[in-house]
Amino acid sequence: MKFLPTSDAERAAMLSSIGARSIDDLFAAVPAAVRRGPDLPPPMSEIEIRRFVGGMASKNANARDTAFFLGAGVYNHYVSSIADQMLYRAEWLTSYTPYQPEVSQGTLQNIFEFQTHICLLTGLEVANASLYEGASALVEALLMAERLSRGKTRAVLSAGIHPEYRETVWTYFSNLGLEIVEVGLGKDGATDANALAAAVDERTFAVAVQSPNFYGIVEDWNSGSAAAKAKGALSVAVVAEAASLALLAPPGEGGADIACGEAQSLGVPMHNGGPLLGFLSCRTEHQRQIPGRLAGQTKDAEGRRAFCLTLSTREQHIRREKATSNICTNQGLMALASNIHMSLLGKEGLREVALQSHAKAQYLKGEIAKVPGYRIPYTGPTFNEFLVEAPEDAAALLARLAAQGILGGVALSRFDVKDRRRFLVAVTEMNERAEMDRLVAALAGRPA
Amino acid sequence: MSVEIEEKTAPARDPRRPEPRPLPLVFERSGEGKVGYSLPPLDVPGAVAIPAALCRKEIAGGTEISEVDVARHFTRLSKLNFSIDQGLYALGSCTMKHNPRTNEEMARLPGFAASHPLAPDALSQGSLELAWRLERILAELTGLPRVTLQPSAGAQGELAGILMVRKALEKTGKPRTTVLIPDSAHGTNPASAHFAGYTVKELKSNAHGTIDLDVLERAMTEDVAALMLTVPNTLGIFEGQILDIAKIVHARGGYLYCDGANFNAFVGVAKPGLMGVDVMHMNLHKTFSTPHGGGGPGSGPVAVCEALVPYLPRPTVERRADGTFFLDYERPDSIGRLRTFLGNFGMFVRALSYIAAYGNRIGEVARVAVLNANYIRAGLSDVYHLKYDGPSMHEVVFSDKKQTEFGVSNVDIAKRLMDYGFHPPTMSFPLIVHGALMIEPTETEGKPVLDAFIKAMRDIARECEENAELVRTAPHTTPVKRVDEVGAARNLVLRWRP
Repeated sequence: MKFLPTSDAERAAMLSSIGARSIDDLFAAVPAAVRRGPDLPPPMSEIEIRRFVGGMASKNANARDTAFFLGAGVYNHYVSSIADQMLYRAEWLTSYTPYQPEVSQGTLQNIFEFQTHICLLTGLEVANASLYEGASALVEALLMAERLSRGKTRAVLSAGIHPEYRETVWTYFSNLGLEIVEVGLGKDGATDANALAAAVDERTFAVAVQSPNFYGIVEDWNSGSAAAKAKGALSVAVVAEAASLALLAPPGEGGADIACGEAQSLGVPMHNGGPLLGFLSCRTEHQRQIPGRLAGQTKDAEGRRAFCLTLSTREQHIRREKATSNICTNQGLMALASNIHMSLLGKEGLREVALQSHAKAQYLKGEIAKVPGYRIPYTGPTFNEFLVEAPEDAAALLARLAAQGILGGVALSRFDVKDRRRFLVAVTEMNERAEMDRLVAALAGRPA
Repeated sequence: MSVEIEEKTAPARDPRRPEPRPLPLVFERSGEGKVGYSLPPLDVPGAVAIPAALCRKEIAGGTEISEVDVARHFTRLSKLNFSIDQGLYALGSCTMKHNPRTNEEMARLPGFAASHPLAPDALSQGSLELAWRLERILAELTGLPRVTLQPSAGAQGELAGILMVRKALEKTGKPRTTVLIPDSAHGTNPASAHFAGYTVKELKSNAHGTIDLDVLERAMTEDVAALMLTVPNTLGIFEGQILDIAKIVHARGGYLYCDGANFNAFVGVAKPGLMGVDVMHMNLHKTFSTPHGGGGPGSGPVAVCEALVPYLPRPTVERRADGTFFLDYERPDSIGRLRTFLGNFGMFVRALSYIAAYGNRIGEVARVAVLNANYIRAGLSDVYHLKYDGPSMHEVVFSDKKQTEFGVSNVDIAKRLMDYGFHPPTMSFPLIVHGALMIEPTETEGKPVLDAFIKAMRDIARECEENAELVRTAPHTTPVKRVDEVGAARNLVLRWRP
């Protein structure tokens, strides 16, 4: 076997050093009743693996071969060749969590830089080394707020938060004696500010609002923060489309205490929904309750700048059941991809991506609104994604478009939403005007 | 550009080698007007249609840097890391094995890397088929009927598993209050049980480092929802009485949870389902070779027994009679979701490619992993103390007991090992071994490498006796000298500031 470097002769020599007759002897502690080999096909060669796995890949539609407008939490943004090729370097790909700083300065400095980028984008002071993805990042943010509240039991969530994020919160909260209150949206598609303020009481530990929200509407962080502050709760800002952070007011400026969400848009391919890149940032005063790993700057024995993981006493391997989170492995390599991307695009490039995404989405939204029978139900400002109401069942419509090579959007019926005629359309800097025009023509039933 | 270089009086240096200096941060390489990207010109009108109050002005402190600088920066940084491609990574419990590159190529096929999780099922048949096939294979390897691939890593798999147990118990009565966890367990076990709403009761290991059946019998009351057991345990010892353990747990209506972090010790050789395990998470980034990437991404599928199937996270991937695949969201008893979408799909592609390469011979993985660990044990047990001397499976846990006599600790030994070109073992874990040195070579190390590792460890043991100071001040050859971790926690600097 090509991944096993030991020859039969070497195995025999090793067994003799050990004093065992066979490898089977080494398994003596495993009861015979439980020993059973698997019923699997014979080994495949590299060529056969490429055929087998490649065959499955070719059955999927992908963003390179289609006019592509899917979003709803995962976005098709530009990723530079270097951001991906750098990940192939064995020193990045095949290293472990940097528990031994003397032989892990690359990974540690990368984390430190990633943390800095996230702080700059979110307008907060401390960021962690990454979390799994957006939904569990929201859970971690809420649990952090709950710990800081010392005994409060209610979380108020905007219904504009991604439905799969909210479902994840329900899963985690169901056994912890915590209450979740969801607040609906107003006519403009933004969270109803009055209802939000009314839902927050003295028992509330956090108020969470997403912007742009699930329906694409840009929310004002200040309304969530004001509602939270009025009752002594923490304000949690959720970002599912992190490219927006380069154009929209950062959560920290809008009074958010914790920002969290999904940074896939910043240098990570869509990967069919994973691996993604969760992030979390907060104010300095709350840093000791932050979940997950943190890289900090320090010195080596000769006084040179060096980095290491720090505040480990918050974490499960030290604190066990009293840890701030059970998270261990996170998204290290994706944080590297994102650090490379954010560094490369920098302050100007990130902004240009956001501006182009927004401008193209505005164009498409305007064109779709002109197609008879189609309506843009929400009036609030949008960043790069918007809701469309079709004159027919959206899933059926989108299936028809798909047959023409257009992935025209995500039907809300995917998310248990009752209204079957609505769908979300996302646009990024990757979309050309010509493909947007094709989508519009297809919706209008005209030849493109 | 402002590069912060600490000027300190250092000991006399080799004059032929210039003073090594820390690499600048990417922010310190930044210079106004430099550009590292190119985008096509905007082909639509460009006005911002969002009120100015909701927008920011600029990303103060953001970088301005060329692609050349970025290439150099990240290449130089990478060279400060040790990696599995460079040599043996002895980290016990972490299963640092070779990461086949075919798997990377497969995961990057546009049909996977550029596909979207919310594309219509009809256009995602390839991904659904891949997930379905991986589930079937993991079910076969564990001997359990169904598997969820959703959890993002082992710890989330643990939580998913315990939440399913909780839901099942709720359905038939009360969720119970307590989860039993041996004192040798990974820290994630108690943390996960806690986040599932349980009180953790620690089970004291016996003199052999394994479960004491009498202790278990007494602790296993009607309040106990589950026993979380690592198999083999973190000492690398297989619980030979696993069938009796399962019997005791089941007799009181509890569930047996298997932490599958150590599945590499018996994958393809034995089946947890036959051991009486009811629920088990696996780490695709350990047993199934998906790269650790400096700390993730991982993937933590969970296999379950028939009784827990209704509670699997939703959606599940199902196959219709006509051979097409679909996502089933109609699972009323599901514990819900643990994250967005299907899970870390890219890791599924890699794991499936890896398993395909072994097929029905995957048991070779475990057999050689166990052979290698025992070879290291045989080569070192006269110089390093072995607190628990039960038979080793895929890893062996020594301690620094003999070396502390010379004033050298496990940390010093670990740091000195870096000078010999090896990554240190896992240290100070499991907690029941003071000064632990936990070594897991994995199956992808050959005899010459193992011999070199054994020799290095023996040389260090001799150095401890003859020149303890040399070991105490190690490492001497790494990019930085011993790092002040206490200082980092005392004076927190967690980001660069403009």
